[in-house]
Amino acid sequence: MKAHFTRLVLFVITCLAGAAGLVGTATAGVLPEDRADLLYFRYDGGGVEITGPSVLVRKSIGEHFSVAANYYIDMVSSASIDVETTASPYEDERTQGSLSLDFLHGKSTYSVGAVKSDESDYLADTWFANISHDMFGDLTTISFGFKNGQNEVFRNVNIDGVKVNDPNFAEEMESKSYNVSVSQIITKNLVMTGQYEVITDEGFLRSPYRQVRFFIDPFTQDTQSEVYPNTRSSNSASVRAKYFLPYRAAVDAMYRFYTDTWGVIGHTGELGYVHPLANHWIFEGRVRYYAQTNPADFYQDIFPRADYANFMARDKELATYDAVTAGISATYEFKIDRFPWLAKGALNLRYDYMQVNYDDFRDARFSLGIYGVPPDDPLQPGTEPLYKLNANIIQLYISAFF
Amino acid sequence: MRIRGLILITLAVLSAGCSSIEPWVKPYDRENLADPIMAFTRAPISQDFLDHVFESREGSRGATGGGGGGCGCN
Repeated sequence: MKAHFTRLVLFVITCLAGAAGLVGTATAGVLPEDRADLLYFRYDGGGVEITGPSVLVRKSIGEHFSVAANYYIDMVSSASIDVETTASPYEDERTQGSLSLDFLHGKSTYSVGAVKSDESDYLADTWFANISHDMFGDLTTISFGFKNGQNEVFRNVNIDGVKVNDPNFAEEMESKSYNVSVSQIITKNLVMTGQYEVITDEGFLRSPYRQVRFFIDPFTQDTQSEVYPNTRSSNSASVRAKYFLPYRAAVDAMYRFYTDTWGVIGHTGELGYVHPLANHWIFEGRVRYYAQTNPADFYQDIFPRADYANFMARDKELATYDAVTAGISATYEFKIDRFPWLAKGALNLRYDYMQVNYDDFRDARFSLGIYGVPPDDPLQPGTEPLYKLNANIIQLYISAFF
Repeated sequence: MRIRGLILITLAVLSAGCSSIEPWVKPYDRENLADPIMAFTRAPISQDFLDHVFESREGSRGATGGGGGGCGCN
């Protein structure tokens, strides 16, 4: 970890040294455009339904400042496979508010912000800072960012039918992120971005609810709490490119490589196509493929016995699997003559379908049953069919540009 | 370690010398890049929500944020 951090610091210093010589020749950079968005979303898959609104407003103040505020609500109704096999269905609400400020000085943009997220069993406070600088005649933009998150983890229990925090359970987790990215104009039709991010977590990193299962004998199983390490460090690197086609359309591609100290290795690829039609419509299609080729070192679908190892996990997101997400969206842009202050409005509808196929996470409902009620004809532990997850994701949002 | 040092020195030399590089795509040649359809993230509110979904369903995380400054098209 120390070597990673040292490498990052050296890289940052090196790049800043190069950038420093150019600051004096800078003219003017660009702040993000003023806009307001109102989104309604719905995620429905794997027994989990999440709906909610999100509102985002961004406004410039003078020539040098821009502020952005976001308010977001997740309303969760969960009967996921983890919940069905070892817990009770629940409903919860998460609210998140964020505020950020951008300051433009010459070719440099300095950004700071804070995010606060509250739900009944998880409180998160995050702050972040970012600096980006345009150079080489604005062909290159280099950015450095840091993020720090302080999280408090609780566990809900039912006491006399009322959901309350377990008075004997309160844990903490801290997360830090170091990020560097370079955007480069390659030709008058092609732009590319490379990004590298290190994230370190320390503290309570598992779910306070999830259980692992283990064999008592080849035909019988039982469950116990997960046991996780209290640190995790990850490295991820991505490259993205976007190309303007001769008939006013755009195609883009992304690849990301991920690895962490838990042994997880992941590959993410994405392809997108944007196609305007007439003067008012923009259509977009997108496909994302995710392959997790290595599970966490301490992940197993079913352990040979109780207390089998120092660390034990059965989080399906730490298993071996792949996922495909395909989405389409339509945008209708309009102007209203009566509102001259409105530069442009847009109505947007987006639909994504996600399918996840797990290679070593079995559907334990066939042996454990649902909510403690065993199936009529239970299967032998470890012989259940592999689990699959399908999700429908809908977004409807309206945007106003000023 | 030697390779890492060489890479850093090379980056430093390249960065320091770049003030003399002429931009090979002139500002008046960036009309296509400035088109809104060329933004990596056309709607941050939508992308933030989707990033949250992907972060929940994928074991990987990080390195997918915005490039941090766009294309310098204006």
